[in-house]
Parts: sequence; structure tokens; C-alpha cells
Amino acid sequence: MAKKITLPLTDEAIKDLKAGDSVLITGSMLTGRDAAHKRLFELIEKGEKLPVDLSGEVIYYVGPAPAKPGHAVGPAGPTSSYRMDKYTPALLDRGLKAMIGKGARSPEVIESMIKNGCVYFAAIGGAAALISQSIKKVETLAYEDLGTEAIYRFTVEDFPAIVAIDSMGNLAAPSLIKK
Amino acid sequence: MEIRSINAQTITQTVKKLYMDMNYFIGDDILSALKNAQQNESSSTGKAVLSTLIENNRIAARDEVAICQDTGMAVMFIEYGEKVVIENGSFEDAVQEGVRQAYIDGYLRKSVVDDPVFERINTKDNTPAIIYTTIVPGSKIKILAGCKGFGSENMSAVKMLTPSAGIEGVRKFILDTVRTAGPNPCPPIVVGVGIGGTFEKAAMLAKKATLRPIDTKNPDSRYAQLEDELLAGINKMGFGPAGLGGDNTALGVNIEYFPTHIAGMPVAVNICCHAARHKEAEI
Repeated sequence: MAKKITLPLTDEAIKDLKAGDSVLITGSMLTGRDAAHKRLFELIEKGEKLPVDLSGEVIYYVGPAPAKPGHAVGPAGPTSSYRMDKYTPALLDRGLKAMIGKGARSPEVIESMIKNGCVYFAAIGGAAALISQSIKKVETLAYEDLGTEAIYRFTVEDFPAIVAIDSMGNLAAPSLIKK
Repeated sequence: MEIRSINAQTITQTVKKLYMDMNYFIGDDILSALKNAQQNESSSTGKAVLSTLIENNRIAARDEVAICQDTGMAVMFIEYGEKVVIENGSFEDAVQEGVRQAYIDGYLRKSVVDDPVFERINTKDNTPAIIYTTIVPGSKIKILAGCKGFGSENMSAVKMLTPSAGIEGVRKFILDTVRTAGPNPCPPIVVGVGIGGTFEKAAMLAKKATLRPIDTKNPDSRYAQLEDELLAGINKMGFGPAGLGGDNTALGVNIEYFPTHIAGMPVAVNICCHAARHKEAEI
């Protein structure tokens, strides 16, 4: 049975999430992938203000396909998370609470997740048409020039995911830590 | 044989339809492999993931939307009959135009950047496509088309093995590549293997192998047996559907081979996700 959770996530709600739990997420989340992460990271390194406030937020690693007329969003499944690993600890230190992606994370990311009390969800890679049905609204927040790689705000209802790595660093499957 | 004229527009329309169709409608080979996997998967999470993927394919076909948001980089192997002349345009432009129209009119994601290292500006129409053309006898054009997502492309590898490595070396390199990829390339994967030729030929064979239906075997029984052994070996790794554990890490292993140099035994492994999109057309 999937556990229903709503965003933003409280610290208590995060503690209740255990590796392997199936969840249905409702609320609003940020999106961002390679190019947006690089820009955010560079701003953090320079000590400059970010175009979005990360505190308490969830970020979904996705670059959606264009929406057909009458659809809120195009197919929008997760992209591989490990490419964000280099930038992730800096974002978690800035208050980011959860990430949604697919695949393994580095030991450094997992260490930072434990330190900051964060959770990593896996969405099912390639289930893009199905996942997009749970995305009800899309707004562009930053980096519009990046097109599909811009930072959007998604409003989702019953977005399906699995707790891949919980806030204690437990893994849903042994391969989820990058060796 | 007479010279045959083909209108550039016909080529564009054919390529456009190939790319829209392959992105909306998963092939029967993949769908039946997913259904078989769903039946025999022992992990409950794995079973649920496979059901989700089958349902995702149904929704994509019903709504005519992309199966996966990563609609990939377009790759084509084209056999161009030497008796064909193109009217009202040029061959290369006609093919690229078909890709451009498919990705724009078909609501497919534009995932190509103009230079790999510096500005990385999106070309906004998913061109250029990668086109490998061979000139063949006859008066037809045969197009074998695929679109390659990069979650799995990034997990691929080439190694210049030497003859003393033997079949054991080949087996080890392929299995090591899949093991290193782990949960990242959207398992259950399709593994394309190219053995022989030169450095780049092995990689091209591996790509071509990913475009071969997975319900087919290499016609050479020795290579067909190697395909079966590798598939069994990969499915013992336990990565499972979506990398969350289970018996189905790969749906198929396709090997293509080519003669090679006395000093060499190049091996390339091209990993493809479960959305192994490929389609053929003949003009």
C-alpha cells in the first residue's frame, strides 16, 4: 500500500519515511537537472543569491517533453541522479529537503542527506507518460533560457515514487550507493 | 536496372513518421518481453515496476505521447540503393528535415546541444541526427532508425581487447560494463554488443545490435549461445526493474560481430533502457 504524503515535508514526516516505502506525493515541487544545478552551484560558490529559495523544498530531476495542447505537461519521468551528485551537498546545506530522481547516489550525497535530514525518492525511469498524469500544473521559476532544463514548479497529485534512500541513509536496494 | 527517382519529400515524410511512431508506440518485441518479465519476476517491487512500465506504454500509445521524456538523439543506419536519385532536394537534408519535423510536430523533447564542451546551446529541433549510410545494389532506400536516450548511452563502453583475452575476456568486459551501470540506465535494459572490426566499427555494431528486435538471435549459433549466457549472467546481478532489486535486469542481449585484425578483438557494449525504440522503413 502506498503511503500518501503532502508537501512541504516536515522533519517528522521525513523521519517516518523508510527506505523501500511506496509513496504518493501531493503538493508543489521544484524541478531542475544538469544545467540548472550547475548554475545554482556556481552562485552558491560565489556566495550570491539564488533565483529560487531551496529551504524546505523538494527537487525533481526532470527535463519534460513539450506538452500537447490540452495537457498540463508533456511526458516527465526522472533523469539519472548521479549527475547531480557533485552539486547536491551544497543544495542540501541550503535547505533542500528531498530529491526525486532515478538510480544511485554517491557516498558524499548520502552523508549530506543524513547530516541535513533529507530523503531521496526514486521515480520509475521511463514511466514518463504515466507520471505526467499526476502533474497538474507547471510554472516556470528560473532559467527559462534552458528550455526543458529550466527550473519549473510542478503542482502534483498522487505522484508515484519509492523511498530509495531514507534520512538515516538506509537503501531500498544495495545498488543505490555508487561505488 | 533503371535509375529510380525518389522525391526528397517522401524521405522526409518517412523519417518523420518513423520517429513519431517509435516514440509513441513501443515495439511488440519489447512489450512481450516486459509482459514475460512481469510474469516471472519474484520481487514484489520489481513486479509492480514492470506493471507500471506496461501501463506507461499503454498510456503513451493511447494519448500518442512519448513513452519517455528522453526522446533521445536520432540514429539511423541507412542502406541507399545505388540506382536511386533524389529529386527536389538532397538526401542528407531530407533525412534531417524528417527528424526536425517529428520532434517539433510530435511534441518530442529536443535534447541536442550544438557543441559538447563550451556553451552547449540547444539546437531546438533535435538535429543533427547521426546517420550511417552504406551504398548497396538496387533501387531502394532502407532505413533502420532508433532514438537513443542518454541515461543508458552514458553507461556504454568500448574496450580494445587483444586475442589472448579470449571469450572469457569478452564475457568479463560485457558483464563488468553492465555491473558498473547498475541501477542507472533504466533497467530492465537491452544490451547491444559489437565485437570485431576496428575501434569505431565495434561501437557502430553495438548500436546496431540495440536496434535489432530482442526476440531474434544472432544467426551464428556460437554467438547466439553467448547472447543467452550473458543474459542469464546479467539477470543474476539482482539490480532488477528500475534498479530497485529483482530478477529482471535485462530483457535481451544482442550481439553483432565483424572480421577484425590479427592483433585485435575490440568489444563495444551499448546499453539501452527498456524503452528500446527502433523502427524500420523501406522506400
